[in-house]
Amino acid sequence: MIAIIDYNAGNVRSVKFALDRLGVESEITADFEKIKNAEKIIFPGVGEAASTMKFLNQTGIGNLILNLKQPVLGICLGMQLLCKSSEEGNVQCLNILPNEVKLFRGQEKIPHMGWNQIFNLKTNLFKNIEEGAFVYFVHSFYAENSQFSIANCNYITSFAAALQKDNFYAVQFHPEKSGKIGEQILRNFVFDV
Amino acid sequence: MLTKRIIPCLDIKDGRTVKGINFINLRDAGDAVELGKAYAEQGADELVFLDITATVEKRKTLSDLVKRIAQNLNIPFTVGGGINSIGDVAVLLDSGADKISINTAAVKRPELITELAKGFGSQFVVLAVDTRFDGKDWLVYLNGGRTATEIKTLDWVKEAQERGAGEILLTSMNHDGTKNGFALDLTAKVSEMLKIPIIASGGAGNSEHFAEIFIQGKADAALAASIFHFGEVLIPDLKFFLKNKNIAIR
Repeated sequence: MIAIIDYNAGNVRSVKFALDRLGVESEITADFEKIKNAEKIIFPGVGEAASTMKFLNQTGIGNLILNLKQPVLGICLGMQLLCKSSEEGNVQCLNILPNEVKLFRGQEKIPHMGWNQIFNLKTNLFKNIEEGAFVYFVHSFYAENSQFSIANCNYITSFAAALQKDNFYAVQFHPEKSGKIGEQILRNFVFDV
Repeated sequence: MLTKRIIPCLDIKDGRTVKGINFINLRDAGDAVELGKAYAEQGADELVFLDITATVEKRKTLSDLVKRIAQNLNIPFTVGGGINSIGDVAVLLDSGADKISINTAAVKRPELITELAKGFGSQFVVLAVDTRFDGKDWLVYLNGGRTATEIKTLDWVKEAQERGAGEILLTSMNHDGTKNGFALDLTAKVSEMLKIPIIASGGAGNSEHFAEIFIQGKADAALAASIFHFGEVLIPDLKFFLKNKNIAIR
């Protein structure tokens, strides 16, 4: 069973629907025992970093995530919260990944919204995904590239489209909204990492 | 490279699409979900579902439909049409909508934009503007274009951005339905003035019009309805055409 962490963030249901389409059993839950005992965990999220971190700290969900040993996939804000810190509200995050999350600065439109390509794909999360595949992004803050990058994307600067350290995987884009490519990435997380 | 988005718009009444459809191989061409899936498979980058139902049962019908769309569609979609309150929006978010578009209600009470952006995030809030050129200024129209106001469109979109709108869906009533092309100058002006993405709407008649709105019009996305529904422009052909013009397309 895949546990989708329910923590007062938007877009949780879309992830569940995407797993339903793949025929994968999942549950949206805030129950600590269920999360601890799940085979794999998805940490989704759309929202604001500082207020969400406050919520994670107060509820103990942050600490729960830190101690998970099974594969975890952070999506969008979920990815940023796994990083060291975020400029969004200048907040310390979970620090599982040492990357810093920064605000896009440039002449281009912000948020970075729409379909963009991912490159330098690593790990089984991107099994059967071609270099330059298109996925759907919506974000104004980005994680800097680091040795933990397993995919990057270019918008204003080159940034981390996906990160991995130990059992923690994270994607900035929305696989649940990225057509067939996104479905393959979710399938890879469920069956191949 | 971030690509320009092609967005078909589906008008919905009582949970079903209202405009004529030329798709073959659809089990039920009037079913919004079937049609949405067909567009997604053809390469549509997003979809907009515009609800034009006018009954008291509306909210329930719409939330059921949104849930079915979210269950079946693997690309982002926006829901619009008669959204008046935070309550309306919360129901749609809970049903699985990725974005909602607001129009008349936001003009009547601009704080609605602020509240929605704070409550659900800017990425969730699309401000739709129907506008007409009066010979001097572009002015905002309400209630599906039936009610004139004296509000200048350029002022309104700027305020909407400041209040936290995540995108602008800009429809030129002078161009809508003409099939003579989009409002290039207006769209370029709004796009250059704002930091948030602009979806241009109204006037699409052929593939060349899409090239114009992306290059001269500086739009981030282009929306059309009838030319897609009647098969006058097929999305795969359109995307091939735009790629050959060196426009960034998925």
